[in-house]
Amino acid sequence: MGFKLWQFHGGLRLQGHKKQSMHEAVVKAAIPSILVHPLQQHIGEPAQAVVEVGDHVLKGQLIADFKDHIGAPVHSSTSGSVIAIEERLIPHASGFKALCIVIEADGKDTAFEYPTYDHTELEAEQLRDILRDAGIVGLGGAGFPTYVKLYPGNKHVVDTLILNGAECEPYITCDAMLMQEQPRKIIEGLLIMQHALQARHCVIAIEDNKRAAHTMLVNALKEHEAECIDIIQVPTIYPTGGEKQLIKIITGKEIAARARPIHKGVLCHNVATAAATRDALDGKPLISRIITITGDAVKQPRNMEVRLGTSFKTLLDECGIDRSTPYKLIMGGPLMGTAIHSEDVPVIKTTNCILSLKLEDSKIPTMPCIRCGECAKVCPANLLPQQLYWYARAKDFDRIQDYNLFDCIECGCCAYVCPSKIPLVNYYRFAKNEIWTQEQEKEKSDAARERHEFRQFRMERKKKEDEERKRLKKELLKKTTGQSDDKDNKKAAIEAAMARVKAKKEQQKKNVDDLTDAQKKAIADVDARRKQPKQATSDSNESSDK
Amino acid sequence: MFEALIAITVLAILFGLLLGFSSIRFKVEGDPIADQIDSILPQTQCGQCGYPGCRPYAEAIAKGKAPINQCPPGGEAVIHALSDLLGVDPIPLDEELEVKEEKTVVVIDEQICIGCTLCIQACPVDAILGAAKHMHTVIKSECTGCNLCIPPCPVDCIYIVPAEEGIKSWKWSIPEAPLEHSPIEIVAPEGAENGI
Repeated sequence: MGFKLWQFHGGLRLQGHKKQSMHEAVVKAAIPSILVHPLQQHIGEPAQAVVEVGDHVLKGQLIADFKDHIGAPVHSSTSGSVIAIEERLIPHASGFKALCIVIEADGKDTAFEYPTYDHTELEAEQLRDILRDAGIVGLGGAGFPTYVKLYPGNKHVVDTLILNGAECEPYITCDAMLMQEQPRKIIEGLLIMQHALQARHCVIAIEDNKRAAHTMLVNALKEHEAECIDIIQVPTIYPTGGEKQLIKIITGKEIAARARPIHKGVLCHNVATAAATRDALDGKPLISRIITITGDAVKQPRNMEVRLGTSFKTLLDECGIDRSTPYKLIMGGPLMGTAIHSEDVPVIKTTNCILSLKLEDSKIPTMPCIRCGECAKVCPANLLPQQLYWYARAKDFDRIQDYNLFDCIECGCCAYVCPSKIPLVNYYRFAKNEIWTQEQEKEKSDAARERHEFRQFRMERKKKEDEERKRLKKELLKKTTGQSDDKDNKKAAIEAAMARVKAKKEQQKKNVDDLTDAQKKAIADVDARRKQPKQATSDSNESSDK
Repeated sequence: MFEALIAITVLAILFGLLLGFSSIRFKVEGDPIADQIDSILPQTQCGQCGYPGCRPYAEAIAKGKAPINQCPPGGEAVIHALSDLLGVDPIPLDEELEVKEEKTVVVIDEQICIGCTLCIQACPVDAILGAAKHMHTVIKSECTGCNLCIPPCPVDCIYIVPAEEGIKSWKWSIPEAPLEHSPIEIVAPEGAENGI
């Protein structure tokens, strides 16, 4: 084909562990009885529930929406009734709970009807609105809302649109299976994206170990007369599927720190996102996805098309999890995935893989860094991992940023090769978190200072205004009461005022002046009661106590 | 000899005028060091340092009247930043001051609140909203957690709660430090007393 490929620095050749989950075709998972939909499954604002407990919802119906800024709505993945909107465990490294909409399926699976569209008749803006309303987010793992990424802005032109089918992490095969089974959908989705972005050139990148997927896509492409699309095999080196790494391989362009690919005229989307885009135009919001359930703790590793909200437990049971030996759960791959502490968490939009691995008996202790430099050799971002490690340990957050901590993609290559088994990535995550927190605190303290200073200014102003008012009043008093303010004048004024008040009081009627007979009697009764000896009242109190 | 004397005098007058002019023309208002210190302080305005707010404390540090270890909300981070800025050695936080581990804000129990406005007057950052004999409430995002509103409350209806809960405030913690020594026992050669 004569397409020139570039290379990125470092990377690893890892054992794939992919075959085990690719024996079977993608199986549709059964509809579970309970579905849990977290309100935040994406990057951005959490969505707000638009249904109430007791409501009946249909499959694909909107159940949570976001207001402004960046976010994504959530749709019910089957028909049923909302039984709770409450805090439930979600698949997050913290193991915390978050607000979720819980739906009990009614088994009918009645779908909510959405209109279908032909993308060639739509403007880019209309397309983006459809994708936003369908809740499409990046399905590669990050979950960034797709409609935002399909808006390059007025300044930028998309030269190359890359569809990322590299899937470089071991164990995960959901994208490979999708490419094998639904290649046409992916190409159609890519054409929709191309239409929205007006991209000049599209590339589907596939790692060279996925031959079946490549063949299927090439065959599907022949049916479409899309000359702007190239299907390219990239070398199987972890992390080829990283956005910046893939862009480097295909275009040779390097994305600067704090810059986005669009600044260089490149955009990257995942193959599964393209397929979901196609579905969105067919009137199907994002309510299911293909995920890989694999690892040596399940007997039947495979890919399943799962409705969002299905619990991990159901899926693990279906694949025959072996609970007799201790195992750990990871959402995502073994290098970049997040450890999950409970099986009672739901599948969300960004769940691409559930990996369950048997725990090894002997835990190798962390040893001191011996400065061997292996980590720097493999770092795909060209960083100095051990320097970052030392500064993170010393909590020297200024220095660590000088060494470009924020260019770290947390791929885990450094920790993988580390002979001392130092959990390097955890140190970088810690440092990034601390720096973000400090920045937030700085913003907060600046706001507090502003408010405090304004308050002081306001109090000062009020004091001045009060003084000014007092002064003016005094002057006014001087004018009205005559030029001289000797004591006799004042006294006379006071006496006159008192006389006025007295006269007014005499004129006023008292409330006992003219009473009806009944009122007089009532007053007399009350007086009589008062005159009764005290003893009697206290007695009656005691008797009432008893 | 005489020319040299004149030249030096003329130069002296010239430079004197130049310096005098620039000291008036380029006069710096306020104390720039105090500004820098103030930007490091956490702006809770809590007064635990013994000064009525962060700015007065910053000015006191700038004049050398106050030590840098009087700010409990800032903790170690502020002490280090101040020691970097001022070129003095970091000292541990004053032991008499109480250190809050987690960030907190206050909430007003609106059922009990009588609308006396005392807390509004006490709040240094205008984070309490309300009017006389009307319900008061705390604007959570603006509350600095200084707790200055608690003592004036006549009905004790203001409570301290953690600032943020849940996933947003969750952070990765620093991993356990690696072993300082090899887990394999190293046998010291005979005669050596203190190992290797």
